[in-house]
Amino acid sequence: MSDISAEQVRHLANLARIDLSDAEIATMTTELGQIMEAVASVQAVATPDVPATSHPIPLKNVYRPDVVADVIPTDKALASAPEHDGSRFKVSAILGEEQ
Amino acid sequence: MAKAKLMDYDKALELFEPVLGFEVHVELSTKTKMFSAAPNNFGSEPNTNITPTCLGLPGSLPVVNEEAVRYSISLGLALDCEIAESSSFARKNYFYPDLAKNYQISQFDEPIAINGNVEVELPNGRVFQIDIERAHMEEDAGKLTHVGGSTGRIQGAEYSLVDYNRAGVPLVEIVTRMIEGAEHDAPELAKAYVATIRDIVLALGISDAKMERGNLRCDANVSLRPRGSDKLGTRTETKNVNSLRSVERAVRYEIQRQAQILADGGTIIQETRHWHEDTGATSAGRPKSDADDYRYFPEPDLLPVVPDPALIEDLRAALPEKPAERRRRLKADWGFTDLEFQDVVNSGLLNEITETVAAGATPQAARKWWTGEIARLANAAEGDAGIDITPAQVAELQQLVNEGTLTDRLARQVLEAVAAGEGSPRKIVETKGLAVVSDDGALIAAIDEALSAQPDVLEKIKDGKVQAAGAVIGAVMKAMQGKADAARVRELVLERAAAL
Amino acid sequence: MSDLIHKTAAQLAEMLAAGTTTSVEITQAHLDRIAAVDGDLNAFLHVNAAVSLEAAKASDARRAAGAPLSPLDGVPIAIKDVLVTTDMPSTSGSKILEGWMSPYDATVVTKVREAGLVPLGKTNMDEFAMGSSTEHSAYGPTRNPWDLDRIPGGSGGGSAAAVAAFEAPLALGSDTGGSIRQPAHITGTVGVKPTYGGVSRYGAIALASSFDQIGPVTRTVMDSALLHDVIKGHDVHDSTSLKDEWPSFAEAAKNANVKGLKIGVIEQLDGEGFQPGVLARFHESLELLKANGAEIVNVSLPSLEHAVAAYYLILPAEASSNLAKFDSVRFGLRVQPEGGGTVEQVMSATREAGFGAEVKRRIILGTYALSAGYYDAYYGSAQKVRTLVQRDFADAFSKVDVLASPTAPTTAWKLGEQLDDPVAMWRGDIATIPANMAGIPGISVPAGLADEDGLPVGIQFLAPAREDARLYNVGAALETLLEQKWGHTLLSQAPELKGGAL
Repeated sequence: MSDISAEQVRHLANLARIDLSDAEIATMTTELGQIMEAVASVQAVATPDVPATSHPIPLKNVYRPDVVADVIPTDKALASAPEHDGSRFKVSAILGEEQ
Repeated sequence: MAKAKLMDYDKALELFEPVLGFEVHVELSTKTKMFSAAPNNFGSEPNTNITPTCLGLPGSLPVVNEEAVRYSISLGLALDCEIAESSSFARKNYFYPDLAKNYQISQFDEPIAINGNVEVELPNGRVFQIDIERAHMEEDAGKLTHVGGSTGRIQGAEYSLVDYNRAGVPLVEIVTRMIEGAEHDAPELAKAYVATIRDIVLALGISDAKMERGNLRCDANVSLRPRGSDKLGTRTETKNVNSLRSVERAVRYEIQRQAQILADGGTIIQETRHWHEDTGATSAGRPKSDADDYRYFPEPDLLPVVPDPALIEDLRAALPEKPAERRRRLKADWGFTDLEFQDVVNSGLLNEITETVAAGATPQAARKWWTGEIARLANAAEGDAGIDITPAQVAELQQLVNEGTLTDRLARQVLEAVAAGEGSPRKIVETKGLAVVSDDGALIAAIDEALSAQPDVLEKIKDGKVQAAGAVIGAVMKAMQGKADAARVRELVLERAAAL
Repeated sequence: MSDLIHKTAAQLAEMLAAGTTTSVEITQAHLDRIAAVDGDLNAFLHVNAAVSLEAAKASDARRAAGAPLSPLDGVPIAIKDVLVTTDMPSTSGSKILEGWMSPYDATVVTKVREAGLVPLGKTNMDEFAMGSSTEHSAYGPTRNPWDLDRIPGGSGGGSAAAVAAFEAPLALGSDTGGSIRQPAHITGTVGVKPTYGGVSRYGAIALASSFDQIGPVTRTVMDSALLHDVIKGHDVHDSTSLKDEWPSFAEAAKNANVKGLKIGVIEQLDGEGFQPGVLARFHESLELLKANGAEIVNVSLPSLEHAVAAYYLILPAEASSNLAKFDSVRFGLRVQPEGGGTVEQVMSATREAGFGAEVKRRIILGTYALSAGYYDAYYGSAQKVRTLVQRDFADAFSKVDVLASPTAPTTAWKLGEQLDDPVAMWRGDIATIPANMAGIPGISVPAGLADEDGLPVGIQFLAPAREDARLYNVGAALETLLEQKWGHTLLSQAPELKGGAL
């Protein structure tokens, strides 16, 4: 179950957009294998009759009224941007297609 | 981009059965966004409708807009869906610069509405039932502008600019089940389906539903099944289809393209394709692959939506008439021919004509104005500024014609002035003096002058060649600058000729 | 050095009310202390004396005008760097956010300001709160005031060390798997993780959204209660925040009476894997409580065995998604790959350079746990374990009022000692993680010093969700009993920091 290959780690790093070095991939492949072994025990007790819990305190129907608030001015929003054109955030050319 | 080789459409249908599927995204017209209190406005200055949550700033959190949930339930009900007793949000994880958090909050395994049905009527009168698999709530992404390169498209751009005004705008995504049996009508069905969704959301008042603004977006899935086979073909998903006409064209194009590839022994690649309005073709986008690992998981920052059954019943009771039912009723009420009615439906003028009739015009008169002169003026208007003529103004215009104050020709002039924002028809008639000259004295003077100028014509009329009167009528109408009722002029011409 | 720094927040509040000191004096004393000792400790990432003194002056003016805003008006507070602030940078201990100025304040920061407290600065932490030692800060480790060669615990080592070293009477922390309670245990201070949803998370840079909770870090139980009273309550910006009407926690701490209180000792956290000195102090405390009227029973929480494993699947999964926003587009670091690159390459290069090893490790782990084909086995299973842990607690709390355990298995270890073994460090969270899994509140109170190394040991109490008040009652009672027995506070035994004398 926890046989993790370097190729897999490379794929995960790509999904997570982290340009890991080869050395990091090697280390992480070993570590990830160890970690997954250590956590694999969860599968033993997670039987089909046990429901999953995603929120520690069960709540429902938490809503906000449809009223404008919290708007931040453009200059404040752009102030921390690595690059902008005065009104929009600027990024390098995009390789992929429109999503 | 080279246009692909296309098989003749009829031949493609001979060899293959098209199988369709649609994902329609509807932007809801709530005042604020889905998960943040930022204004939901189209056309604002870039990055003005933003909060920390829209920008995915560290520490920011989403909170669900109650109105968006109501709108979504109403839409689900209008699509004849079951509203889920409990539905929940999930994160769809992928990196893209227009996605502030690099995950989209959507609904995954627990959508708010499931198992619906939409009745779609084709221009040829064929009625089609389309099954809805689900409708779920999610948030829109920001808007990218690609700068540099020649096309303004992503390819060849030097850099891109991001505006997050649209990021977080509430969306409902409506997903159909697989649609079989459309056959030759597949492209028309695609268009009619999207038009029906548009009519539904407009009737509900939950979206501006302007395709050119992206309020309504359609991804069309097309695959072909060889005749005699029961095996489904590989499908493509065409995006960027921004008008009803494009939906139809894109589906037709994909059928023809895929048919040619298959007939040539090729295989269809499962991929996203982009529709190009200018070339009328689709181009290959991203292939679907392992890279599409969205790592969905329950959104820990949001709680389940468990609508009160009483709320659902209230919203159900408030539903407007279904578009198909309404069309049937209106067609009967108005007494239009099939052709006339289809023309109105296809032009999206049902509401305008309904309101014009309500304001006092006859259905035929209303139809004539909206599909005729007003459509012409709208087409001539520049850009998408459109023209601003209200049903009440049209009814008033027709009233002026009925009263004899305006001829059709004068009415068209008045309409142009109305479109130019010069006021109500009655006011324009007054200020511009456009009313028909109903003073017989003035007409007779003009007639006498015309008759004396054309003594040969007078003789012919006197000889009983009544059709010769046309030349005099023409001269009189010209002298009156068109502001005369031609029929009255004709009567008077004949009277005067006899008297002289 | 002024004695003002050795006062508790409650004492300072009394002195301010009595007019025997001013907020400016108190603030200046703490700023002086920071200047003197923080070179050794590195508890603070950012201090701005001018801003703090400005707030102190405003507090004194309010008081002069007869209108203090709250009982703690004018008392200084240190803020963990995980909380965003408009007047100080917020980095969450990461290079990727170096110098970042938030355009908005976290809700707890707003509440603290509105109550008139004086922010002293931002405290050091493990990067994005991932760690138990504060060694994973991108800005260097914080050192333990008890022994500068040792870790102060984590991830909130900065807040705990600041409070333990008298740099601040109060601090705010965040607790995802023990980041408030474990440093309290390690530094001989008090730390409280409130019920999940009891305090707003808005403006707390998220680690694992379903575990994170903001809470007080102080030297006394009463001070924690006073601070908790300031920050508690519903926030419209946090969907998971509770709308409950909370009782006064200060009143609960004042009550400090354990007569008839049923305390359950968690069998799974009392024995193997725990340092003898830790267990000795734990049992001493229980005896003391028993002698004062508490009933001590043993309870078993069998699912705890799997809680750490489940936690280390859920946390990285949520974190991998929460940390995706650090992409160089809207804020923070941007690293251009050599020779430029596409936005994808810029993002990847930025995240490679901007995140530390532990953060990358957890992001990759979380990405794996969520990826197609593994979700059910890992994330899905872990969420089921969460259900089991909740059931265990529900069962236990049907029999007892509060649960007790040592806060952590060991006392402070040496800097660098556990860096190479991430799994070992995670096991140190075994006693604190279950509360986050179940959303229940927990407190760590100083229980003494371990015989073998003379380092602080804490005892943890847990209560059912929404029953945070029980923790203040039992915590304050034990604190009083122990200090009566010792004849002094635990922190008075800490070595004098030489600071500026070096």
